[in-house]
Parts: sequence; structure tokens; C-alpha cells
Amino acid sequence: MKRYIFPAVRLTLVLIVVLAGLFPLFIAAVAKMAPGKGDGVTVMHKGKVVGYANIGQKFTEDKYCWSRPSAVDYNAAGSAGSNKGPSNPDYLKTVQERIDTFLAHNPGVNKEDIPAELVTASGSGLDPDLSPAAVEIQIPRIAKARGMAPERIKALVKEHTKGPLLGLLGPSKVNVLQLNIALDDMQQ
Amino acid sequence: MTTEILGVIITYALTLLLAWPLGKYIARVFKGERTWSDFMAPIERLFYKLSGINPKEEMNWKQHLKALLTINLVWFVYAFFALLFQDKLPLNPDGNPGQTPDLAFNTAISFVVNCNLQHYSGESGVTYFTQLFVLEFLHFVSAATGIASLIVVLKALKDKTTSKLGNFWDFFVKTITRILLPLAIVIAIILAFNGTPASYKGKDSYVSLQGDTVNVSRGPAAGMIAIKHLGTNGGGWFGANSAHPLENPNYITYITEMVAQVVLPIAMIFALGFFINRKKFAYVVFGVMTLGLLCLVIPTIITEIHGSPAIAHMGIAQPTGAMEGKEVRFGPAGSAYWSIVTTIISTGSVNAMHDSTMPLSGLMQMLGMMVNSFYGGCGVGFLNYYIYIVIAVFISGLMVGRTPEFMGHKLEAREIKIAALITLLSPFMILAGTALSSFILAHHPGADWAVKPSAWLNNPGYHGFSEMLYEYTSSNANNGSGFEGLGDNNIFWNVSTGFILILGRFLPIIGPVAIAGLMANKKFIPAAAGTLKTDSLTFGVMTFAVIIIINALSYFPALALGPIAEYFSMH
Repeated sequence: MKRYIFPAVRLTLVLIVVLAGLFPLFIAAVAKMAPGKGDGVTVMHKGKVVGYANIGQKFTEDKYCWSRPSAVDYNAAGSAGSNKGPSNPDYLKTVQERIDTFLAHNPGVNKEDIPAELVTASGSGLDPDLSPAAVEIQIPRIAKARGMAPERIKALVKEHTKGPLLGLLGPSKVNVLQLNIALDDMQQ
Repeated sequence: MTTEILGVIITYALTLLLAWPLGKYIARVFKGERTWSDFMAPIERLFYKLSGINPKEEMNWKQHLKALLTINLVWFVYAFFALLFQDKLPLNPDGNPGQTPDLAFNTAISFVVNCNLQHYSGESGVTYFTQLFVLEFLHFVSAATGIASLIVVLKALKDKTTSKLGNFWDFFVKTITRILLPLAIVIAIILAFNGTPASYKGKDSYVSLQGDTVNVSRGPAAGMIAIKHLGTNGGGWFGANSAHPLENPNYITYITEMVAQVVLPIAMIFALGFFINRKKFAYVVFGVMTLGLLCLVIPTIITEIHGSPAIAHMGIAQPTGAMEGKEVRFGPAGSAYWSIVTTIISTGSVNAMHDSTMPLSGLMQMLGMMVNSFYGGCGVGFLNYYIYIVIAVFISGLMVGRTPEFMGHKLEAREIKIAALITLLSPFMILAGTALSSFILAHHPGADWAVKPSAWLNNPGYHGFSEMLYEYTSSNANNGSGFEGLGDNNIFWNVSTGFILILGRFLPIIGPVAIAGLMANKKFIPAAAGTLKTDSLTFGVMTFAVIIIINALSYFPALALGPIAEYFSMH
């Protein structure tokens, strides 16, 4: 043990400098060339930062496309899922309440058409996306609240739908913040 | 749906495609042959000089273990005090407080042993200094410890009769300079260009479109996320780990992180074949491990795509599958695949909350950690598998009535005793831990801890029991994922899992190194007609059977009380 303690301490110090000091500094320097310069990619609207491209926001007004429920209420100072188990009766009650709220705000929608993601919380609590189906089901409400033709919104959603990677891999999605910014822009 | 499944298949295929040449390369590095990375040699010499190390000094297996344990102890002491006093150290732009002693104890051990159980949230429980100078540093060195100890075992398997097993520092440093650091740089840059933050700026604040003021945690995360996967560590920058949209922004980063976490464990198996020059043996090992992966991952993907029966009962559409705790950009198939890979290889990073997955998926995740050697963690995966091999050789020997032999050396009482002890250790720690926590929950619900036992569980009934079982399983496997609803930041969980982490890490390293070291000292017996062929399909099946029997016998009763009971209660 005595034979190894000094080499161990000295090697530890050397490696701390390299792995914890130089390595992240190097990555930060390279990231200066990346979108957002390594600070995270922000979204501008009317000359103001209104959010981060990858971080979801809370939307509760009828004129906006709603995001998914969030266990941290979209406060990105933290992040968490609900961690509710699938058989938890309290959790199932919460889901039922979300279904009722959704139906109250979206008259004419059939319960069996509501995609599960609209009434279940995401893993991070900051999910920026929805599936196209979860956006489409909200179009009549948004159109009514804004006094716009549903077809125009439908076209906008289509424009904002990102297909699978290379058209082959993973799910399709719509970035809710960017769609809502486009909705605001369109109305002016 | 099709594109989601295709995403999983392509991701796995890509992993294999990269693991093959990487395995070849790793074998060359540790054989001391010429490689493209030889330009690192002067840097390594500088490291040795600064540390007063002679990398040519040959060590026997005991000296290897002494060096390994000594440096791990140094890291633990350093990490414990740094976490305790992090509020007084620099690089704390968000003004986060120091950790409590029990949390610092748990966190320090957890990162030293390559587990990364996190009883804190990255945004508020640590500072940029401790994230980088303690946690990210430990990500590198704990992974290198695992790989270096595997190389010691491979050295012992390679030579006919020897006590000279190379130099621990040499294996350890080369793992970092030749494997982990170059790969981590590539992956970190991919992440940074896809939106993961990498600068040292603190929290940002903005007013959202709807008028809410929102804070956003950031920081130099890209490098840490790269090595947390490469080193099968799993401790994330943010609380939600790789479910966080900055930690894992899109499907490109999904594939990158997914490949990164399992490429080294698979490459190590191929490297083993090249290193000891028994490729067929490596293929059989790889085959058994892959079969294990498939047995766990296919039911999980089907279950998650099928959705929750309780939600279906409410009359809601589940076109993509079960979505609680999952992110839209990954979907249930991609999340199910991740949840199994991360549990079989001891990463423990998550891109969806395991607590909210279906009971059968939870069962598969726990089984993955209980077996802990379907590919397994960096280096240690094969060490765990080696123990199963020793047991399988022993049982096969008994069946045919011959003294068991493995790789030309007799397997005798001492080695079998060590292997049996290691095998029994896991069920003992997992089951005794769960029993103890259940007892306290039932009999001392009001104990005056930071989280009272009555408030530990986030879910009632069978699922609550699963939360405790999962926590100890994850600790013993050095996995680090959790059923995170568990209120685990209090002295009971911090200390009890802390000790299980230590034992669950070092005994399964000491055991195989000792067995391999002892066997390498023995006389070499050339293979004859009656020798058990350990590179045959039959022996592969035998090992698989040993794995199933040992784990089924050990854990079935506990699993029946948790996920299995929950499954039947929902159907």
C-alpha cells in the first residue's frame, strides 16, 4: 500500500488537470463554432429571446398549441418526470382529470382520439415536442380561438412537422414553441 | 412505428460495426503493437514521469489489486471532501450549497465505483466544479479501472504459466489516453453541435411566449455526457439525465449516446478474442450475451409499444405506446431499447423514467442488472461473466467426473470457493437490503430522517416494493439508474446503498483477478481429447443455463412480490 500511495496521488493530480481541466475547456472552445456557441440554442421572436429551441414551454391558452403535462411545470431550472407507476390509483385519477380538462377545452373531440402523450407527463418535464397527431387534434380549438381557417393551421403544422431522421429512423415530431411562434406571426 | 423499430435496429447494427475494429484496436494497444495512437506515447511518458511510475515494472495479481485499491481510496477521499465543501470552491455560478455528509459519502462512492446512483439533482445538488473536477474526472478513471482490471485477467488467460501480469498503471493510463479520451472528444463534439451546452455560463432566464419567467440550467455538459456513456457510468449532468432535451437533444444524439454506451462493452469481448488469440471463444461469449440482450429487449419493446392497460381502460388512444415518463423525440421503442441496454451494461443513464414503465419492462430492467454481464460494464462485464464461466466449468466437470480445467489450468477448490462467494454475494446484498428497508418502512415509518420512511415511496403497493428492490439491485450492479420516485436522499438510503456499492464493485473485481492470477500460476496442461471445450456452442448453452438458474433461484421470490404481482394486478 505504502508503495502505491504516492504514485496514486500524483497520477490523480495529473489526470485531474487533463481530464477535468483541459478536456472540458477544449470542448467549450470547439463548441464556440456550434449553433448557440455552446450556450444552448435560443429562439428569438420580435428581437427578444423567448425560449430555447430544445426546451419545452408551458402553453395553457386556447390560442396556443398545448405542450405535454410536466412534472416540473416547465421550469427548466430543474428537470424530472412524474415517476408515477402505471398502476398507481392517484396517478390514474390525475390522468382522468387531464382528459376531462382537455375535453372541456376541445369540444367535439372524441375521447378515443386523444393521444396518450397529451395526458401523460414526459421524462424530463421539458419535452419540446408533440407527435403530429397530438397537434392535429388541437387545430379546431386553436382555429376558433384565433378566428383563423383550420386549413391554414393544418398547412402550418405540416410545414413544422419533422419526419424521422433521414426519413427512416425514429418518430415524427412537431416543435411546439416554434409552431406557436409561427401561429403568432401568421395572425399579424 | 416502423421507423421507430428501424431506428433501434440500425442503432444496434451501427454499434456492432464500430465495435469490431475498436476491439481489434484495443487488443493491439494492450499487446503493445503499433497503432495510430502511438503519438500519445510521449504524453504517457510525461504522466509516468510526473507521477514517479515505472510502467515497465511487472506486477503479480496481488500487486495489481493493491495499486487499484489504493488509487480508488485516494479518489474517494478527494471526492468526499470536494462534495462536502463545494459551496466554498470556485465555479459555482448558480450558488448551490455543499452536500450533507451522508449524501457526499454516497455520491463519492457511487462515482468512484462507476455506478452513479444520484441521490441529488444535477441542477441544484452539485456545482460546475464538482461536476467537472470530481464527477467527470471519476467517469474517466472508474471506467479505466474496470478495463485495466479486465486486461490483468486477460494477461493471465493468455500466458501458459506466469505470475507477471504487466503493470497496472500502464493499463490504466493507456485506457484513458488511447481509448476513452479520444472517443470522448469525438462524441462531445457531436453533442455540442446538436445543441448540448458546453460553455461555463450559469443559469439563463427569459420570458416565455405566454409571459412566464423561466430559468434554464446549463453548463459545460457535453464532455461529461460523452464520457458518462463511453465509460458505462451514466451519471448525468441534469436531473432528468438523457431524457433532458439539452442532454439528449434529438435522434442523432440518441443514436450517438446509445452507440457510445454499449460500443466499448461489446468491443471488449472482441478484444478478448484477439488478445488471447481465441476468437471462437469470444464469439461464443458474444453469442450468449447477445441472446441475453434479445431475451430482455424484445418483450420490453413489445410491452411499451402496446401501451398501458390502465390508460387503455380510460378510452385513450395510444398510437405510439406508453408515454408516461417518455419523450416524444425518442418514442416508446427507442426508450425501451435504451432502458434494457443501460441496465445490462451498468450505465444507468436513462432517456425515459423507468419508474413509469410497464411492470414487465421493470422486470426486464431488474433482471438485466441482476445478471449484470450481458455485455456488462466497461471491463467488469466480462469479469462478472468469467465467474459464471468458472461455475459452468465446475458443474460440467462434475457431470463428466473430471477435474475441471479452463484455458489449460486446473480449477480447484480455492478458485471455486471464490467464485461461489461472489455469486452468492449479489443476491445476499440485494435481498437483505430490500428486506431491511421493507422492515423499517413497516415498523418505523416515522423515523426522523431527511425523508421519513412513510414518505419514501412515490407509488403504493407492489410498485412501491419494486422501487426499493430496484434501488438495491442498481446499487449492487453498480448501475445507477433508479425507480426515481424513491425518496432516497436521507441517511438510511445514502449509507446502506453506499456500502452495497463498495462491496458490489470491488469484490467482483478482486474475485476474478484473484482466480485468474491463481490459475496462471499453475502448471499448463495442453488440451487433450477429454478436455472440456469452452469455445463450443454446447458450453455456451451451459453457461447461459447457469446464468438463468442462478438468477432465477435467487431472485424469483422477490420479483414475484414486485413487478410480477403488479403485472397480474393490471391484467
